[in-house]
Amino acid sequence: MMDRRALLLTSLQLTLLAPFARLANAAADKNSRFVLVILRGALDGLAACAPYAESQYHNLRGPLALGAPGTEGGVLKLDGTFGLHPSLTNLHALYQARELTVLHAVATPYRERSHFDAQKVLEAGKLTPAATDGGWLNRALAVMHGAGDTRGAVALNDTVPLVLRGDVAVNTWAPSRLQNADEDLLARVRRLYEAVDPPLASKLNEALDARAIAGDAANGQMGGGSQQPVTPLVNAAARFLKSPEGPRIAVIDVGGWDTHANQGGAQGNLATRLKGLDAGIQTLKTELGPVWADTTVLVVTEFGRTVAVNGTRGTDHGTAGVAFLAGGGIKGGRVVSDWPGLAARELYENRDLKPTIDLRRVFKSVLAERFGVAESALERAVFPDSANAAPLEHLTA
Amino acid sequence: MLSLEAAIAANRFGLGARPQDGAAIGNDPRGWLDAQLTAAARAASPPTTQQPASAGVLLKFRDLRVARQAAAQVRASFAQGQRKAPPASANDGGNAPPASPGIDEQAIKEFREFVRENYIAQVNERHRRAIESDTPFVERLVHFWSNHFAISADKQLVGPICGLYEQEAIRPHVLGNFHTLLLAAERHPGMNLYLDNTTSMGASSGAAELARRRGRTLGLNENLAREILELHTLGVDGGYTQHDVTEFAKVLTGWSIGGQIGQRGLPGGQRAAALLGDPGKPGEFFFRPIMHEPGDKTVLGQKYKERGVSEGEQVLARLAVHPATAHHLATKLARQFVADEPPAALVDRLASIYLKNDGELVPVYRALIAADESWKEPLAKYKTPQDFVLSTFRALNFVPERPETLIPFLTEAGQRPFTPGSPAGWPDTAAAWDGGDALLKRVEWAGAVGRRVGDRRNALELASAVLPTSADERTIAGIRNAESGGQALALLIAAPEFQRR
Repeated sequence: MMDRRALLLTSLQLTLLAPFARLANAAADKNSRFVLVILRGALDGLAACAPYAESQYHNLRGPLALGAPGTEGGVLKLDGTFGLHPSLTNLHALYQARELTVLHAVATPYRERSHFDAQKVLEAGKLTPAATDGGWLNRALAVMHGAGDTRGAVALNDTVPLVLRGDVAVNTWAPSRLQNADEDLLARVRRLYEAVDPPLASKLNEALDARAIAGDAANGQMGGGSQQPVTPLVNAAARFLKSPEGPRIAVIDVGGWDTHANQGGAQGNLATRLKGLDAGIQTLKTELGPVWADTTVLVVTEFGRTVAVNGTRGTDHGTAGVAFLAGGGIKGGRVVSDWPGLAARELYENRDLKPTIDLRRVFKSVLAERFGVAESALERAVFPDSANAAPLEHLTA
Repeated sequence: MLSLEAAIAANRFGLGARPQDGAAIGNDPRGWLDAQLTAAARAASPPTTQQPASAGVLLKFRDLRVARQAAAQVRASFAQGQRKAPPASANDGGNAPPASPGIDEQAIKEFREFVRENYIAQVNERHRRAIESDTPFVERLVHFWSNHFAISADKQLVGPICGLYEQEAIRPHVLGNFHTLLLAAERHPGMNLYLDNTTSMGASSGAAELARRRGRTLGLNENLAREILELHTLGVDGGYTQHDVTEFAKVLTGWSIGGQIGQRGLPGGQRAAALLGDPGKPGEFFFRPIMHEPGDKTVLGQKYKERGVSEGEQVLARLAVHPATAHHLATKLARQFVADEPPAALVDRLASIYLKNDGELVPVYRALIAADESWKEPLAKYKTPQDFVLSTFRALNFVPERPETLIPFLTEAGQRPFTPGSPAGWPDTAAAWDGGDALLKRVEWAGAVGRRVGDRRNALELASAVLPTSADERTIAGIRNAESGGQALALLIAAPEFQRR
């Protein structure tokens, strides 16, 4: 195999990885939409986007290894090194249409292996899991509001996930099969809350607003739980993002990625989950229609999984993993990575894919390029202690 | 109305007041809680229905699952029009209608019903006990520890035994020593299956060697070891390393289940069975020496000599009385029963009492009851969806004829019974539950309850029986001025003083 850096770091990617320069001038589009998809449980990045051409890949992965492009159950080719999991056919089509960028060997600053702490770091946008007073996306909203841009956000969930918690009020919406309360009761409860418990009143009012927009987007679908199909949530997200008065930012949680045992290869447990994710992204594109052109979707997870298969045909908690950036207006069709490779000496603590791109650089890039959040604000207010994590340049624009 | 302390005892330490509880609590709320911590009090709250043992359920589940998988395979080949699978009998072909000959529809249906019936029976038992209990503080402790040692029914293998796991591994030990509780939880098939330990084996074990001869590489799965350290004992900042996780995983290899349950990967056939030795008691904890990693291990700086199953017992015994464990458990108890941000001084006090008593739990509960911090804020916590529902039925003082009718709402509200979805269990802070959509659903559900039973209840009288004296006069006025009995009841259930505790 060629020297990995010569192979992967094309001149374009070198530009991408260069220190950030001109953010303040980036003209943010007022029509921009953003969908953050959080895969809870740690998606196996080496299964979602496999370095099929690396010799160590097949040895280390054993029964989980995916075949070369063109073979039965083989990966869907991205370039000479990487291929997508065969379940990700829609994402592959997006890649070919330059509407998908794969970011590999990415990680938050967190270096331990607890799901729960890792998710806190991912969502709070701080260096340690101890800081959980609010999420980076809420702080970004506060900055935008301060600049006169009053767009809102919605969590496709019963409650607000940490990434969206904070000073700015955020909507929640999840599919419901309950019979609506009658108008008179609702009015009385609102009055009661406004008099006795203002925090409850504002939450109830937000929920009523959200429901007015979502309508019956997912009527009859089940809500709640950690492992629900993505599609009903995506349908609702599209309704919100298309609405002229609606939020411009949506967060979707999808659980069930913790594949310690019998993970499967081209078929099996993880393959089924990936198929659901793939269908969800395609549904989002379809449902958004022309708005897809203004939309950026970022799919992230708390960390990757071990490079080697474990003793039970699964993978254990690891470090670096993969992220997907999709959307109508992005500069896609690329794998963005400072790929460390799978050689033993390159593994983190002798077992994990080594992190080479800080996920905060990706978050910053989206906020700067799509929403015009100034670099100074990104560093000061949104991601404290992130001076060494400059935005990736020209990721989406 | 309930005095402030009576309301805290009934609501924050319990599952909500029944109309008659005010009299039982009287003017000694602390004594009322304390009295629940005795064996005699617990004997007064027996199970409401006879529950089967999890071992038998697991065995039946395994057999039904095998039959269903076979049937599903036949169905799949029909759907593909390939007819690879038996039987060979001719058919009209094409897209397979559900009743195609050869597909064992009965097996598929039986499996589905078995899973559903067991799940519902166990959820109902849990809810009935909670609604009827005269020792609601103990029920809360059962729920608390069951959630601390969480397993989740969204993993198919443990779906039919989540409630039985709580009955067998948690409930008997909540007033005992933490070490006993810890051992019971980690040994239970529910935990073993949930955190993948039944298939974890030492890379140098006899079982791995057998597999290697057949061209398969099998070995460790570190899931259980990591979650014991992170979630069940020391806590994530408890000072362990990746090396400790790996070594502890080796220690735990062989902790498994008797009979052929969950051991995919082990060789089959009679010859292999002879090599594998004693299969153990089907469906119960069983240590399989052949899967155990041989040799000495070092966990948290201490060396453990090769001693089979007792290595794991030794590590657990040490973890149980580790200061980090004491602090972790004290924090969680104080968060559950006092405040989302538990007072640091209280946590330290509880932790030191825990250590002084070698992990005995009742002294810690007594310290919690005795703590001034517990009685300061009347409405410091926001109810989880489950406790919101249970407290509603306690206020109404009746168990629904078909308690499974509660499951759809709990699912909507984000807390489908026995499915926290992760080994961390359900969160217990307001931020995790007080989203607007979830609140709106509570109001809608309150409306539905009001429509259903409101004309048979006097909501104003109920309010005075279950709300604290601190309840806002506008809350009471709202209930009084409602346009119907149903609306009045809905307003009581939706009231801020009923959502918080």
